[in-house]
Amino acid sequence: MTTYYSKDHEWIAVDGDVATVGITSYAQEQLGDVVFVELPEAGKTLSQGDEAAVVESVKAASEVYAPIDGEIVEANDALADEPAKVNEDPEGAAWFLKMKVGNADQLSELMDEAAYKAFVETL
Amino acid sequence: MAEPVAETDLKQTPLHDLHVELGARMVPFAGYSMPVQFKAGIMAEHQQTRSRAGLFDVSHMGQAFLIGPDHETTARALEALTPSNFVELGLGRQRYTVLLNDNGGIIDDLMVTRSISADDDGRLMLVVNAARKDVDYAHFRARLPENVRLEVVEDRALIAVQGPEAVAAVAAHAPKAAELAFMSASSMEFDGIDCHIARAGYTGEDGVEMSVPAGAAEAIARALLADDRVEPIGLGARDSLRLEAGLCLYGHDIDETTSPVEGNITFCMQKRRREEGGFPGAARIQAELRDGSDRVRVGLRLDGKAPAREGAEIALPGADVIGTVTSGGFAPTVGAPIAMGFVPRAQAETGTQLELIVRGRRLPATVADMPFVPNRYYRKPKS
Repeated sequence: MTTYYSKDHEWIAVDGDVATVGITSYAQEQLGDVVFVELPEAGKTLSQGDEAAVVESVKAASEVYAPIDGEIVEANDALADEPAKVNEDPEGAAWFLKMKVGNADQLSELMDEAAYKAFVETL
Repeated sequence: MAEPVAETDLKQTPLHDLHVELGARMVPFAGYSMPVQFKAGIMAEHQQTRSRAGLFDVSHMGQAFLIGPDHETTARALEALTPSNFVELGLGRQRYTVLLNDNGGIIDDLMVTRSISADDDGRLMLVVNAARKDVDYAHFRARLPENVRLEVVEDRALIAVQGPEAVAAVAAHAPKAAELAFMSASSMEFDGIDCHIARAGYTGEDGVEMSVPAGAAEAIARALLADDRVEPIGLGARDSLRLEAGLCLYGHDIDETTSPVEGNITFCMQKRRREEGGFPGAARIQAELRDGSDRVRVGLRLDGKAPAREGAEIALPGADVIGTVTSGGFAPTVGAPIAMGFVPRAQAETGTQLELIVRGRRLPATVADMPFVPNRYYRKPKS
């Protein structure tokens, strides 16, 4: 399994042809207390950059974008009851969605962990 | 989105360095660099204020005096610009009011305090919104009679301490603070520093707002923060607290197009002024008081968990859009999303079922009584 990162602070863990997507620890820290997560329905097809989910913190709503093309195969419905998990375990239990990798070439445009860390340092 | 403002163009309050030292996340707000949250985060800061005490830097707000030859003259000058009764305002008493344009729209909302001492009577202290300072001051200067002048205060900070333990924490340094009734003010010493302290605030909790010398603000804030009961609170929690308290935020819930009747803040208009008129836009406002305004600000409770933010449309169930949300978000004390917005008078009744349109989805909502969280302002026991 390989994990990639986007400039919009999503992480994408790819296992075979299925990618699990969530937001990074840096992103949850910037958002503050998460109070609601709106997730896509399974079966929905998204293009890279489409709005995939919405995270609401106490203060504001923020979009989560599809980091690659693909079809949603599963959403993490547990987040509906426990949105605070996004703050507690953003890169683990609080994954947002799983999608079928539609275009593997797009993964190469994303960052690896070291590159993402360096990117965050510049912010 | 607002244009990004360079950090260097922003003004700083006398507590700026302390905020940074305490690990605040600083953001541009009304031309100032202000703390949006400290390390604890908005949720914890909100709960801290509701359960113990929070310290807020509100030094960005404008402080000014109206100064005339005697109370009656100064009060009449202010009455010509607002719909409140200031002539009969007691010594040391504070009142919430609005500056009105000629159409009865709200130029700003502000707090006005009469001096406690008969010796310097004829002065009314004003606290106005940061983003409206220039507009307000220009309005006063253009409209005040010759014998009443506006004096802007530039050398004082404003610190709010709010929460059930706020007054006890302040009274440990300024014992006279414990004797203040709600919406009254007095000058007193805080650790030997001359301060002006009012028992008021914008959270729905008991507490005080302290006008203090700018140079002493940091020492006062540090003295209060050294108390276990007090933690620093940012603008984020200030906003969720005032929303739960059902209080208006200028530029969002009220503005130059809204009248006090539409804004549902007619409590700022005392009986004599309602009857006599004599304030800008009186014809419109008196007609609205008599017949009701076409639209009115209401509280809204959402059934689900998704918050509706400012700008979300308000609709009849399954039907037409009838209004707009002016403030909304997650209410930590309520544990659910709440909002305020304008609806036609026919839909303003508590219990009316409506829908809020969030990202194209219709969320069920109910018109609710405000405040959303009961006020805990201090009422002096009757002796």
